[in-house]
Amino acid sequence: MRLDVQGIVKRFGAVTALNGVDLAVEEGEFLTILGPSGSGKTTLLKAVAGFEVPDAGTVRLGDRDVTTAPARHRNVGMVFQNYALFPHMTVAENLAFPLEMRGTGKAAIARRVAEALALVELGGYAERLPRQLSGGQQQRVALARAIIFDPSLLLLDEPFGALDRKLRESLQLEVRRLQRRLKLTTLFITHDQEEALVMSDRIAVMDQGRIQQLGTPGEIYDFPVTRFVANFIGESNLIEATAQGGRVSVPGFGTMTLPEAPAPGPVTLLLRPEALRLGAEAGAAACHATATVLESVFLGLSVKLRLQPEGAPEMLARLPLRPSDPPPAAEGSTITIGFRPEDVHVVPRG
Amino acid sequence: MPPDRRGGIGNWLLAAFATLVFIFLMLPLLVVFPISFSSASYLQFPPPGFSWQWYQRYFGDPDWIDSTIRSFQIAALCTALSMLLGVPLSFLLVRSRRRGIWLLDRLAAAPIIVPTIILSIGLYSIFARLQLIGEWYGIAVAHTVLALPFVMILVGAGLRGFDESQEQAAIGLGASWATAILRITLPQLRPSMISAGFLAFISSFDELVVAMFLSGAEKTLPKKMFDNILMEIDPTIAAVSVTQILLVAVCLGLTTLFGKGALATTLSR
Amino acid sequence: MSSPAARRERALLLMGLPALLLLGVLFAWPVLRLLSMSVEDGSLEHLQRAVLDDLYLAVLFDSLKIAGFVTVICLVIAYPLAFWLSRASKIGLALGMFALLLPFWTSVLVRTYAWMVLLGRSGVINRMLRDWGLIESPLPLLHNLGGVLIGMVHVLLPYMVLPIYAALLRIDPDLPRAAEGLGAPRSAIFRRVILPLSLPGVAAGCALVFVLSLGFFITPALLGGGRVIMIAMLIEQQVRELLDWPFAAALSVVLLAVTLAIYAAINRLTKGARLAS
Repeated sequence: MRLDVQGIVKRFGAVTALNGVDLAVEEGEFLTILGPSGSGKTTLLKAVAGFEVPDAGTVRLGDRDVTTAPARHRNVGMVFQNYALFPHMTVAENLAFPLEMRGTGKAAIARRVAEALALVELGGYAERLPRQLSGGQQQRVALARAIIFDPSLLLLDEPFGALDRKLRESLQLEVRRLQRRLKLTTLFITHDQEEALVMSDRIAVMDQGRIQQLGTPGEIYDFPVTRFVANFIGESNLIEATAQGGRVSVPGFGTMTLPEAPAPGPVTLLLRPEALRLGAEAGAAACHATATVLESVFLGLSVKLRLQPEGAPEMLARLPLRPSDPPPAAEGSTITIGFRPEDVHVVPRG
Repeated sequence: MPPDRRGGIGNWLLAAFATLVFIFLMLPLLVVFPISFSSASYLQFPPPGFSWQWYQRYFGDPDWIDSTIRSFQIAALCTALSMLLGVPLSFLLVRSRRRGIWLLDRLAAAPIIVPTIILSIGLYSIFARLQLIGEWYGIAVAHTVLALPFVMILVGAGLRGFDESQEQAAIGLGASWATAILRITLPQLRPSMISAGFLAFISSFDELVVAMFLSGAEKTLPKKMFDNILMEIDPTIAAVSVTQILLVAVCLGLTTLFGKGALATTLSR
Repeated sequence: MSSPAARRERALLLMGLPALLLLGVLFAWPVLRLLSMSVEDGSLEHLQRAVLDDLYLAVLFDSLKIAGFVTVICLVIAYPLAFWLSRASKIGLALGMFALLLPFWTSVLVRTYAWMVLLGRSGVINRMLRDWGLIESPLPLLHNLGGVLIGMVHVLLPYMVLPIYAALLRIDPDLPRAAEGLGAPRSAIFRRVILPLSLPGVAAGCALVFVLSLGFFITPALLGGGRVIMIAMLIEQQVRELLDWPFAAALSVVLLAVTLAIYAAINRLTKGARLAS
């Protein structure tokens, strides 16, 4: 079911946790709220789940205004950060709980619990207590419990935080597959940008109680609208430059013409580290400079260089590299670096 | 619990109930205050007038003062002993990985469970033979047995919540084990230790059953009060009680201030 | 060379040894010595008298009955109170803890005396009721079972509240939230989640209160006025007035056996209940 959040404000004493949030999650969509801790994303989740009542604004689920409805009447499935499995109930009892609360008959409960367990591939674990399961299994039980009663909306509150990397990646795919199959409208909360980029249909980047940008992962990565978003998603070189007469002059690098000319005045350019060119290729680019290699870090399938161009602030470059390749530049050596107009993106001010 | 949007009549009932219980708990403590300042010569409520006479009688009677001082001495020695013995004991009970350690744990906690009357007459027959009846330090040592479980529970809980790798880090930096415990561990256990110390002091200062058998003619304050209550109820007892309540309130205040809630959370174990 | 682990164990044992010696000499030895006195002259006569004589059996049953009453009353009062405390504001919690701990730390004797002042024939409560014209002649509040129960509940209530409060605090606040999100009304959240998860605290409190009240001495002696006899008072009387050590020892054996059995039984019972629920 469609989730529609409009103008939500929530204050705790002097702190404004949510400062006018508008957000719509389309039916069947997987939307991620991405933000650092303290950005207000957890408060937003609680307002949607019904554990906080906002000071202003509305929360609508489908055609229903649920802003002040108690959580138990919202029909929203939630996976908590620490899973919140009932420690004194078995896996089957945990799964049966929401059905019992809805007055489902015994036989139907048994059937649906078995189905849900099969769905998350935990068929043989019905009679176990949560503490007898591994972290990944607990996570899947929590997921099964959140979807067993056909919720209108699924909420995921950083559910992968406690798991190790490998397990996390396989569970991310499993959750995504399940979500697609069941066409569940899903709101996912995380502070992990990689996770957000992998899983989401759309991402809302939050900071200081507001949504800074809402878009597909590609849009967010390539066209961030604020410095915060540019810095928070991936690594970035933010270059201060001046626009005049359709051309942009970059201190230390010379001038170039952008595909779309920015308004005259100071501008901030975003250049992803992998778009920075080195060597002969760089010399051919419109903007180039001579730089000293300060540091070279091998990262498995790529190498990261910290560079000090002449007359400009430090920059980062990232080059694809196989372990057998020779290093592109030794620390302390001098190389030419540059970038092409089509690889930079003007970050709107404000 | 989820936020309550209904303002809940249940919540009001619960709060009203809690208030009634707190009144029930505080009532006996409060009622002795007016009586201790009564100008009447016997128990009368409400008191007809104000006077200091019962405090004058308490502080002017060498018998009362002697037993008060004796109880202070006993409680002080008991506190020192139970901390000196109980804190190291907590280390053994919390940290040892020996298989039988739970048995020692039960032994150290047993003085809470075993009825004090049994311990008292057991000690009485031994102390009588050793002619220790009436010796204040004998009572202090016996009280230490009763105070040890409190120290062990409070300090043990503090110790369980302490990350032992800090000690290992200190040893790695060149400290001896003893230095690591003294400089790193004990300072961080201070809230539990302060609470344990005050509790040991008060438990000894208030103790009656053991003292009844072991104090002989050299009465402790509780024994003197007990005899006095049996004989006649005169408001001197109220004055003594008020003094004791104030002492406890001061101890409790200091514990809250320096013990950081160690008491309330641990007694709940 | 001994391993570091063995050296560590030895150092720990050394630390605990002084306290263990004290407990051995001044706790285990006197208690065991007293218990052995019950069969000192090689006969079971004293023990038989302690468990078979109707008079003493009646005192034992009275003691059990009183301990049971006190436990139930404490539980009924303590659970809602602990529940309230676990959800109270900072100020409420501080006031509540103060009201709970100040009496807890105050001498049993002071409190018992205060109850005598309150409940006596010409005590505060009777005086007030008469002044307000609610009663003609003083109510018998003291020197009976009711008086003893009031005094004992007052002393033992904190022992019930604190473990339940701790158990309630240990419940992850996300659990009731999860239950609400899954559709449970408040009553079901309490019955299905909060109550079962707080049972260990209830068990600990009940075991402690029952066992402590069984061995009570001062409060029934002063508030019962000779009309309520508990087994600890009987033991004291045997030693003090009758100098019958072997029989006092036999009664001690009975008291200790019942105490330990009930303590173990309550713990066992609740462990079972926890697994079953």
